[in-house]
Amino acid sequence: MTRLHVQLAALAAVVCLALAPFVLSPFSITLMNYIGIYSLVAIGLALLTGVGGIVSFGQAAFVGVAAYATAWVSALNGYSPWLGLVFGVALTCSVAAILGIVTLRLQGHFLSLSTVAWGLAIGFLFGNVEGLGRFNGISSIPPISIGSFALVSSAQIYFLIWGIVAVILFLGYNLMDSRLGRAMRALRGGNTLVESLGINAFRIKLVTFVIAAFLASLSGWLYAHMSRFISPGPFDAGMGIEYLMMSMVGGAGSLLGGVVGAAIVTLLKNSVQDYLPLIAKGASGQLEIVAFSALFILFLQWARQGIVPFVARYLPKIQRERPRTAPPLPRRVQPTPGELLLKVDGAERRFGGLVAVNKVSFEVRSGEILAVIGPNGAGKSTMFNCLTGALRVNKGEIVFAGRPITRDAQSRIAKAGIARTFQHVKLRPRMSLLENVMLGTYARTGAGLLAGAFRLNQREEASARHEALMQLERVGLGDKPFELAGNLPLGNQRILEIARALAADPTLLVLDEPAAGLRRQEKLRLAELLRSLRADHLTILIVEHDMEFVMSLVDRIVVLDFGSKLCEGAPAAIRSDERVQEAYLGGVA
Amino acid sequence: MTSDIAAILAIDGIATGAVYALVAIGTVLIFTVTRVIFIPFGDIAAFTALTLAALDAKRFPGTGALVVILACLATLIEISSLLRNGELRLLPRALLFYLVIPLAVVGAAWLAMRADPPLAIRLVLALMLITPIAPLLDRIVFRPIADGTVLLLLTVSVALHFALVGLGLLFFGPEGVRTEPLTSLSTEFAGVLISGQTMLIVIAALVFSGLLYLFFDFTLVGKSLRATAVNRTGSRLMGIRPARAGTIAYLLGSLMAGVSGILIAPVNTVFYDSGFLIGLKAFVGAIVGGMTSYPGAAIGAVGVGILESFASFESSALKDVIVFSLLIPVLIWRSLASLHSEEEIEE
Repeated sequence: MTRLHVQLAALAAVVCLALAPFVLSPFSITLMNYIGIYSLVAIGLALLTGVGGIVSFGQAAFVGVAAYATAWVSALNGYSPWLGLVFGVALTCSVAAILGIVTLRLQGHFLSLSTVAWGLAIGFLFGNVEGLGRFNGISSIPPISIGSFALVSSAQIYFLIWGIVAVILFLGYNLMDSRLGRAMRALRGGNTLVESLGINAFRIKLVTFVIAAFLASLSGWLYAHMSRFISPGPFDAGMGIEYLMMSMVGGAGSLLGGVVGAAIVTLLKNSVQDYLPLIAKGASGQLEIVAFSALFILFLQWARQGIVPFVARYLPKIQRERPRTAPPLPRRVQPTPGELLLKVDGAERRFGGLVAVNKVSFEVRSGEILAVIGPNGAGKSTMFNCLTGALRVNKGEIVFAGRPITRDAQSRIAKAGIARTFQHVKLRPRMSLLENVMLGTYARTGAGLLAGAFRLNQREEASARHEALMQLERVGLGDKPFELAGNLPLGNQRILEIARALAADPTLLVLDEPAAGLRRQEKLRLAELLRSLRADHLTILIVEHDMEFVMSLVDRIVVLDFGSKLCEGAPAAIRSDERVQEAYLGGVA
Repeated sequence: MTSDIAAILAIDGIATGAVYALVAIGTVLIFTVTRVIFIPFGDIAAFTALTLAALDAKRFPGTGALVVILACLATLIEISSLLRNGELRLLPRALLFYLVIPLAVVGAAWLAMRADPPLAIRLVLALMLITPIAPLLDRIVFRPIADGTVLLLLTVSVALHFALVGLGLLFFGPEGVRTEPLTSLSTEFAGVLISGQTMLIVIAALVFSGLLYLFFDFTLVGKSLRATAVNRTGSRLMGIRPARAGTIAYLLGSLMAGVSGILIAPVNTVFYDSGFLIGLKAFVGAIVGGMTSYPGAAIGAVGVGILESFASFESSALKDVIVFSLLIPVLIWRSLASLHSEEEIEE
């Protein structure tokens, strides 16, 4: 399957949707309208939950804010529904931005619980505010008019609804394939990696959160003007979980899954309403929610992945072209070899009473490979985390390229030119090798949200793609750029991390135990690669356990023991140093 | 607001808070042992009140049928999982725990009903009928995904709550109930009248929390539960079965929720769907305790009760808005106070 096939399929789908109102019964069209309206929310949730990893139970509240806003503007104050759209979207996005700023720093389930909290609070608000009709709601909301043509019947508003859904899907898929979209996709799996690439994780989360709220507000606007009446019911906590269900059934993480999920849930609900009274007379209302919740639970137990990813496995893979040559991305000015690059001065880090790093000082000069070694518990990893900003030192100073970075956030240190790898490999297993490496170019590129959604970023994208491919080739992984990163063996995953770090065009490459868990052949290949990087005048700092690996590779060694620097020197001198032998072997007789 | 009113509101709040505290302690118990944030405990509390009301009216409560259905489902699921794993020798045990005991409980309650028992026995019957529900739901709903992430379990738990609300309407009907006060005594303290029911609620909350403390500190089963909470894998290596610990936790938790349901039924009218708000408010309390500390959860729940009492005096319409809005600052405080490892996050 090529790109052309995908485009043809999309075109066919659009044509079918456009012709549908001429074939379907009025009832089916109404049903389709609901599917379209719910789809918008579900697409937003797919983005938020599936892509960004933020599970929100409160999306229905955002739909409600926009619906009530437009009803207030148009039904209660007599202005145009279009003004209602502007007001609704602006209000919803502001509410989301404020909630996001307050809550998005929360971790894991705390964040999801906060969505339950504000979802409920906002939901209760609708039914209790005097000016919004309390539990009776707001009626006689005017229809949307285009010029003098009012969209009254369900067949008329159908085109507006599905037109919006189609545009949103198009923009959404563009966004997913852009610089910002890749950053969003990288959110899932933790902040450490994201920050280490120079990406401000909180900002990306906030953008994702507001986009999801924006889609919910479109849905709320359409809902209010289609049903012409609103009450608190459709925006309560129950509906919030139903939206979540739609996005999960369709396949969280797949935008198309949002539409598929909304269709399945809506049709299923409709048929449950049709058939349950036949089975249990009089009790259908109660059974409906029971049947529904039970189905959802079964689904979560047996098919967490969702429908679209499941079907996609049986479709032929999309053939992609290898990235073509493109103008290179701008490069940093590399320091002259031998110049002082990194200076650690009296660094000290405590955890309670334990001094993990005790007054450690050393320097890294441009163009060399320096290793920090030491037995278990020597403070190597703590030192490493302080260098990259994952931890702050309690005392002392770290200066990189003439600028103090002691108090900088991880993403700022990354932007300054320090690229790192991880002891426990951190890749995004469901992204391709190329995309994983392209994450590294984030700080060197600049396309924003709109540029990504409207494909105004193509030149920069081509350069970033080409850069990523070059780095893959440089480390020897250039043969299958579209393979998923999760399919690589551990050795190659470590190499891939180095390619990603190189794509950031760093002045200093810091590697956290790169040889850990590698087989002998893999270690040899890794050493080979690092030597070739040194030949390209890259400065490398290695924190490592494996003496043999280090001795044959590096220019200088700093030895840590019990948090303090034991000694420093060339490999041969370190090898014969009695203090080092004692630290490693436990005393020389 | 005069000091008199403030005192009345405070006492009222403490009583409501004590009810929440019982549910909150159950929530913490389940979370620490199984990592499930069991939202439906509120429903369990409401169902207990409805069960007791039915018993008072000399009707056999819908709880019986609910337990029978759940027991049959759980048995089927257990048998099929035994078949899949080729462990048929465990069949008699499974039948005993998942079918015979729940059915025996329902049968015993049904027989006892015919003798027109006094209030004390009716209370016991209500608790007996309610306690099997949560462990059976655990087997049916949570056991198959016991290794899932906290978020998955939470999503399932929220869905389960909605199922229970539907079942509640089906088995108990839409009418609200208010049971007879357990005591008509009242006392005056510093010029404020305190009803016996209020005293009873507070005392019961204290007694049951105390019993739980003794259970955890002085019995082997209690210690095994604590061990499971601290380290699942480690305690498994020591021969503790997490599934069994989970069942015990659910039994204890539903007992606490049941007691709170009995206590609140004479004070507030309870409907089939009242459980959600009880559960969520208890849950707010549990979060104050970081989902791990029992005293923290109890204090938090009492705080929620007092807050709600004052909020409903100021604006009864917006009291729930106020309570849930205040959850956000609490969450932020808790999230900052707790350390998370990134390795837990699902990729």
